[in-house]
Amino acid sequence: MRPLVEEMIGGPAWLADLAMIAVQIGAIFAVIMASAIVLVYAERKVSAFMQMRIGPNRVGPWGILQTTADMLKLLSKEDIVPRAAERRVWALAPVLLFVPAVAAYAVLPLDAGLVFADLNIGIFYFVAISSQATLPFLMAGWASNNKYALLGGMRTVAQMISYEIPLVFSLLGVVMLTGSMKMSDIVGAQRDFWFILIQPAAFLVYVIAATAETNRTPFDLVEAESEIIAGPFTEYSGMRWSLFFLAEYANLVAVSAIAATVFLGGWQGPWLPGWLWFTAKVVMMIYVFMWFRWTFPRIRVDQLMSFGWKGLLPLALVNVVVTGIGIYIAQQWRG
Amino acid sequence: MLQDYGAIALLMAVALIFPFIPLFVSAYIQTKKPTTEKLSTYECGVDTIGKTWVQFKTSYFLYALVFVVFDIETVFLYPWAVKFQVMGTFAFVEMLIFVAILVLGLCYAWRKGALEWQ
Repeated sequence: MRPLVEEMIGGPAWLADLAMIAVQIGAIFAVIMASAIVLVYAERKVSAFMQMRIGPNRVGPWGILQTTADMLKLLSKEDIVPRAAERRVWALAPVLLFVPAVAAYAVLPLDAGLVFADLNIGIFYFVAISSQATLPFLMAGWASNNKYALLGGMRTVAQMISYEIPLVFSLLGVVMLTGSMKMSDIVGAQRDFWFILIQPAAFLVYVIAATAETNRTPFDLVEAESEIIAGPFTEYSGMRWSLFFLAEYANLVAVSAIAATVFLGGWQGPWLPGWLWFTAKVVMMIYVFMWFRWTFPRIRVDQLMSFGWKGLLPLALVNVVVTGIGIYIAQQWRG
Repeated sequence: MLQDYGAIALLMAVALIFPFIPLFVSAYIQTKKPTTEKLSTYECGVDTIGKTWVQFKTSYFLYALVFVVFDIETVFLYPWAVKFQVMGTFAFVEMLIFVAILVLGLCYAWRKGALEWQ
């Protein structure tokens, strides 16, 4: 595509580069918007089928225009700014949450050579970026000046930082096996077999920690509508509220894509084109996350903490050691 | 490589500006009728009592402290993991020592009750 753009613009090389970047940024945003629209609908339909309900079926055939209708409704909703809130911090929180959600997409390899920025610290960049989402949650919770929101905000921070450690450790084994943090290298190393086969424990830890990082059930104490209304989102309405949800779905896709890339072989697969394989794996991971939601009940905050620190973290550490020993023995074996 | 980071900076800048577009559109087409009741802090029917910004449960901060320690350790572990296969026995022994220190730290925090929810 690059030569085509160069020909169309005809200017200096940097202009063509800039145009390419602009096109790619546009593509990333298109993917995020499209996936959010599809996922809101899919989430409702999947939960409906799991509970033997019909789900949305009024707007358009099989209710497929439901999300569009919701979006229009949310756009026209009044933006209520609570009097007691710390206005600037409150207003900025949903906007800031959107940035790490989008930035995580930069390192996802969609197909061979199809990646926005193939950084040599790829996986580390993802971990670093995704952990930035903690701050906007705390901002929203604190600035709302609402007790439910503050509780929710504090819980988010505690949960996200607790589950970030196992998440980071679970990806470490794969980095050891690959000898690189570059996403394209990690995918390339899985040509013969997927890393889920030799890192099953790491995959398990990653999926659990990712569920917690995206604040989904059974780790949705953050919102926990039956006890703290909607946590940090309590005082938000209309478009600001939907920005939170947009970021949430963007994050869901991002963590699923990382799982697909790191453990499930990324875009590699027989017969079909790479991007189709990648999409299929991501969709499967998203389905697993939705399945979790209707399988496990929400856990208590003390259970959440002890499970993260006393269950997942030791498991992830053991996995790193076992991987290390395994690689060392394999190396000695080969001489 | 520098261009990659430039591209990411641009992506972040666009991501920062993008949310203002729907907010802007929404500001034009929404009906705005603020009333005293509507702008009050959300509660279950009654007004909230007392201040929201009070001293908070210390357990949260204990976890945050443990988090900082472990998070910094992971920063050291990543470069080591990249070079693990190249460095052979040295890296292997070093790993055992480093993880032993990590486990020791975790055990210490565990024994001291920093991981208990009080």
